[in-house]
Amino acid sequence: MDLNPRYRFASFVVGAGNRLAATAARTVAERPGTYNPLFLYAKSGLGKTHLLQAIGFEALAQQPNLHVRYVTLEEFVEEYHAAVAAGQSDAFRRAVQDVDLLLLDDVQFLAERREMQAELLRLSEALQAAGHQVVLTSDRPPAEIHDLDERLVTRLAGGLLVDMGPPDLETRLAILRRKAEERGGQLSAEVLGAAAEAPVANVRELIGVVNRLLAFQAASDAPLSADAARALLAGAAPVPPPVAAAPAAPAPEAPASPPQEARPADDFSSFLSVVSQSVARHIEAWRGRVGEAVVRWQGQGFKTRRLERLLEGEGTGDPDAVLQGYETDVAELRSLAETAATLDQGAAGSALFTDPDRLEEARAWVARVREGSAPPPAPSGALTFEGFIAGSTNDAAVKAALAVAADPGKAYNPLVLVGPVGTGKTHLLHAVGNALLAARPGAIVACLSAQTFFEELVAAIHGERADWWRRRYRGADALLLDDAHLLAGKDRTQEELFNLFNLFMDAGKQLVFTLERQPAELEGVEPRLVSRLSEGLVVGLGPPDLPMRTEMVTRLLAAQNVCTDPGVVDYLASRPADGARAVAGLVNRVVGSIDPTHETLTVLMARIALEGDAGRVSAVLAAASRVPDDVDPLLRSREKVVWEWPDIADRLIEDLR
Amino acid sequence: MSLVNFTTREITCKIVYYGPGRSGKTTNLQYIYGQVPEDRRGRMVSLATQTDRTLFFDFLPLDLGSISGFTTRFQLYTVPGQVYYNATRRLVLQGADGVVFVADSQARQLEENIESLQNLHQNILEQGVDVRTLPMVLQFNKQDLPRDLILSPQELDDALNFRGLPTFAADALRGTGVFETLKAISAEVLRRLSEGASGRPG
Repeated sequence: MDLNPRYRFASFVVGAGNRLAATAARTVAERPGTYNPLFLYAKSGLGKTHLLQAIGFEALAQQPNLHVRYVTLEEFVEEYHAAVAAGQSDAFRRAVQDVDLLLLDDVQFLAERREMQAELLRLSEALQAAGHQVVLTSDRPPAEIHDLDERLVTRLAGGLLVDMGPPDLETRLAILRRKAEERGGQLSAEVLGAAAEAPVANVRELIGVVNRLLAFQAASDAPLSADAARALLAGAAPVPPPVAAAPAAPAPEAPASPPQEARPADDFSSFLSVVSQSVARHIEAWRGRVGEAVVRWQGQGFKTRRLERLLEGEGTGDPDAVLQGYETDVAELRSLAETAATLDQGAAGSALFTDPDRLEEARAWVARVREGSAPPPAPSGALTFEGFIAGSTNDAAVKAALAVAADPGKAYNPLVLVGPVGTGKTHLLHAVGNALLAARPGAIVACLSAQTFFEELVAAIHGERADWWRRRYRGADALLLDDAHLLAGKDRTQEELFNLFNLFMDAGKQLVFTLERQPAELEGVEPRLVSRLSEGLVVGLGPPDLPMRTEMVTRLLAAQNVCTDPGVVDYLASRPADGARAVAGLVNRVVGSIDPTHETLTVLMARIALEGDAGRVSAVLAAASRVPDDVDPLLRSREKVVWEWPDIADRLIEDLR
Repeated sequence: MSLVNFTTREITCKIVYYGPGRSGKTTNLQYIYGQVPEDRRGRMVSLATQTDRTLFFDFLPLDLGSISGFTTRFQLYTVPGQVYYNATRRLVLQGADGVVFVADSQARQLEENIESLQNLHQNILEQGVDVRTLPMVLQFNKQDLPRDLILSPQELDDALNFRGLPTFAADALRGTGVFETLKAISAEVLRRLSEGASGRPG
């Protein structure tokens, strides 16, 4: 924290109550190390902070190269905690030990902070051993700071211990005069005298008195009288100067009134404030602990919902117990994740192992992995029969798939879906998988690409877990392998698949494959596997025809909430596309080219998006040559009307350019 | 009953005023009752004999409102001072979070003070609580009486305060020292919030 330039020796009013403190402070500022440590204590508002910062300024004025550090204990503690949390407590200690003059304010807050006391003890020993000056302030002597370590008490009291008393009348007058001058106000000697007599506990209140007097004087035309000042300070309503004498009468009585009268509000509210402070301190303490834990665990990738609930006030139970429980759970998750990693590399990174609230699931998962019954990859929930567009080119495949889904293992086994890229093989495969799962909840349906299948096997062999891997698939109720042609040349995988194939066939479990080519045309695949694939039903899927493309375009546009002219769907559907993916690509290109919020997609816009300027021209031509529906039928006679005007096109092209 | 309940977000402090008969425990409570704004205090329950001696106990609930999100309540109890009501004292002492021992400063009452203090220790011990962990403060009441009738706070401290507890000179009738005592015991009790509520009676 920077020093406040207002706090200098020059602006510090010295009186009987603080003369010793001021002298000691000046000595320390001029010759650091004279009294080490210097411990100043006084009640709130008597100038501790002022004197402390003045030492800093004066020391810097004398030796500009001196490393001076002013910090309040709260900040000191915060820095220390931050350093500890960041694992840099040594760096923090080194940084503090480099300070030539350490000014530590408000050390009374050391009460009940055992770890900070130990740290401060160590630091002050190191600083003093190195001849560096330490100055501390507190609102009470070290011996009265609650729960302060005995060693620290003796160390703090070992230097010079000075208290600062409240200012006497003369000092109060001097302070009032100086403050009035600083604020640029003029108060008469009588007014200042009256103000100096006002019952105030400390200098801060005294400055408040000056401010009130100056404010009141500024608001009225005439200068303040001493009586009016007394009335004002006694809390009476501001009275205009001419009649000040009358209401001023009760003012002198105010301080003299019996203490019992003054007590009521004070007693209870000061009790309330003691209680509030104690409670708040405790609550803040555990909030701090929980907050730190949230940051720490989030930094390590763990979900901290349980702890956040505590902070939001929703959590129940003792926060320390919750915190401890959380940390126990995290430790268990870690060991579970390690176990999982040795069994299955891919699973170790699962989100399960970062959420202590899902510990049960994680435990169950690891237990299953241990037994080798962790389920193989399941079909994607997004790819269902509902979302699949059937048509003339895939009718047979869809019917076969539906039959398989309705009667797994019996209708057609294996089912082989053959078709070029983008014809919906994968979609259909997952749709079968989902249908199988829907018919038999709890069934294990392995649905994955041949590539993943191959990679898993490699990882399993690498981790010497091939048996476990085999058990995993043997336990499945159905095996749906996408892009089986990718197994070409992978002999070991083919062998495993062959064995699995036989097991599944024997057990009457369903097998479905997708291929880009007919089984017989596959290269690099063992003949025994090819013959088994051919043994089942091999159905082809072709590129979507026009009605299917129309349906696709309609669905895609509807899904994106795009308003279109009637011709757009026909236009898009008529564009050449060899599969569902190509159609989706067309639609996305067109939709991406417009501002979907307020534009209606027109054929022209679609053409421009897909064909550029050529599209623009042909759109105009198409519009020009279109026959309006309400044209007289007579005019529709091709013989009588010239429909295409070459010169019009030429002219339009000129116009567009 | 626990000092702090995180489920209901409540802090409840039970403070028991203990001491020999006629030492001014009820007077302490009456003074506090008089100073607390009406909306903050419950009805003071006093079960007294015809001669105004506490027969069973006095009970003063204080509602301090919501502090840092916790509804904070104080329950102040007194015990009957007379020797033969020990069963009641034990009952009232159950689950206390803190004890204020109100001593009678009169020189001729010194024996009673010591006896009552011993009785307090005995009762705390019987509840299986470590006396050293239970927050406690001493109040030397009736310091307003003529000097030749009473012992000075220093003398009382020497006689009674062998555990080095915080002490307060008081004149409960006029309220001197009453809130100082209450503040001190409250701070002592609430300090245990940070230490966890272990080793409490009841």
